[in-house]
Amino acid sequence: MKARQKRLILVVAGVALLGGAVALVLSAFQQNLVFFHTPTEVAEGKAPTGRTFRIGGMVEDGSIKRDADGITVRFAITDTAKSIPVAYKGPLPDLFKEGKGAVVQGALGADGQFAATEVLAKHDENYMPPEAQDAIDQAHKTAATVAQ
Amino acid sequence: MESGQRFSLFRYAAPHLFYPLAGRLAPWFAAAAVILTLVGLYLGFFVAPTDAVQGEVYRVIFIHVPAAWMSMFIYLIMAFWSAVGVVFNTRLSAMMAQALAPTGAMFCFVALWTGALWGRPTWGAYWVWDARLTSQLLLLFLYFGFIALTRAIEDPRRADRAGAILALVGAVNVPIIYFSVKWWNTLHQGASVSLTKAPSMATTMLMAMLVMALASWAYTIAVVLWRVRPLILERERHTEWVGDVLETAEGRA
Amino acid sequence: MNWQSWSDFWSMGGAAFFVWGSYGVTFALIALELVVVLRRRKQVVHRLQRLRQAMKASARRKEIQQ
Repeated sequence: MKARQKRLILVVAGVALLGGAVALVLSAFQQNLVFFHTPTEVAEGKAPTGRTFRIGGMVEDGSIKRDADGITVRFAITDTAKSIPVAYKGPLPDLFKEGKGAVVQGALGADGQFAATEVLAKHDENYMPPEAQDAIDQAHKTAATVAQ
Repeated sequence: MESGQRFSLFRYAAPHLFYPLAGRLAPWFAAAAVILTLVGLYLGFFVAPTDAVQGEVYRVIFIHVPAAWMSMFIYLIMAFWSAVGVVFNTRLSAMMAQALAPTGAMFCFVALWTGALWGRPTWGAYWVWDARLTSQLLLLFLYFGFIALTRAIEDPRRADRAGAILALVGAVNVPIIYFSVKWWNTLHQGASVSLTKAPSMATTMLMAMLVMALASWAYTIAVVLWRVRPLILERERHTEWVGDVLETAEGRA
Repeated sequence: MNWQSWSDFWSMGGAAFFVWGSYGVTFALIALELVVVLRRRKQVVHRLQRLRQAMKASARRKEIQQ
């Protein structure tokens, strides 16, 4: 085989490999444009049925409970309008907290309970030192008591 | 007279004038990069406070965000030079595009790598296929494609043209990456710093990040100037001025 | 000051692997890129100089033949 032919085969193989990778990435891109559904969409039946999907929202305050077996965690995920109960067995990310964002992947059971196989924490784009966070929390509390 | 003045603007677009200019400028940008990196690291590790939510791991941001910005900027500059090369048929512009690509790919990989190492302790996953991460991965493949394409084609003029087409078509991906967090549901959070709103970061954190971003600019300029120089020599090897450069470099090299 | 001691600094509040893994790989890649780029310049100059000398030599031979 001549050097030119070898080079050509190498180029064609390279282009094919890269093209395949790009095709895979694009298909992943298209499938995950809607990375998660909101609890309202799920309640309205707009979420896909018959396959796993993700729900994104906030972990409802005071909803996290552990079953007696010590591994099953139950909580509700909410977008303040609707709330979906979730059951999950497995490790939770450090940033998973009540009142914070989370994305859960799994399937919706017939009982309306979402059986999650994966729980991800979604954090926001705010970065500040703990003192500033405390000050904000304090201000929120004061505002809430004033409102009452 | 007038035309002479007009053309002086494009004086350094001539390879034989740009070559020595690049050699003189590069060390200054490299020095700026070193100083800015040291200042940025000092601010990032010793001045910027711990994050209230994420703790210390957020300090990855000081390379993650500048690297992600650079990976997008460099692709746009590559597309710009490619367009200039196609429209005005200038020799230097394709060489600039080709000198930019490896550094862009490096920053793109760094953005993905640091993102993975940041995602695991915060989100709970090294990788998810959300729109932001997926389009950034596509950018890496576009860089690889550009590098492979321009190096695989032997005839430089055809290589330049093929590269230019890929650079220009691929540029569509850059706004997709940038706005993906706004247009679609993503796990990736929105931008902390943008032109349209006040930054949502404590000032010292923001300062550290911006200094690191400047450092990556300075680094990119230095390393690209260093990379384009031998590229110019090779492309222009039949000219008299390259002969002169080689004669003078003979003793040193 | 963020850190009580150097060991406190290096442990990064338990996130040492993630933080230093990020910074380490980044600076290693930058160092690698610099080495490759600066070595490439030397290689190109050497190669072009050899090419030039070969051309000069062949030109001289032609002159002698004439």
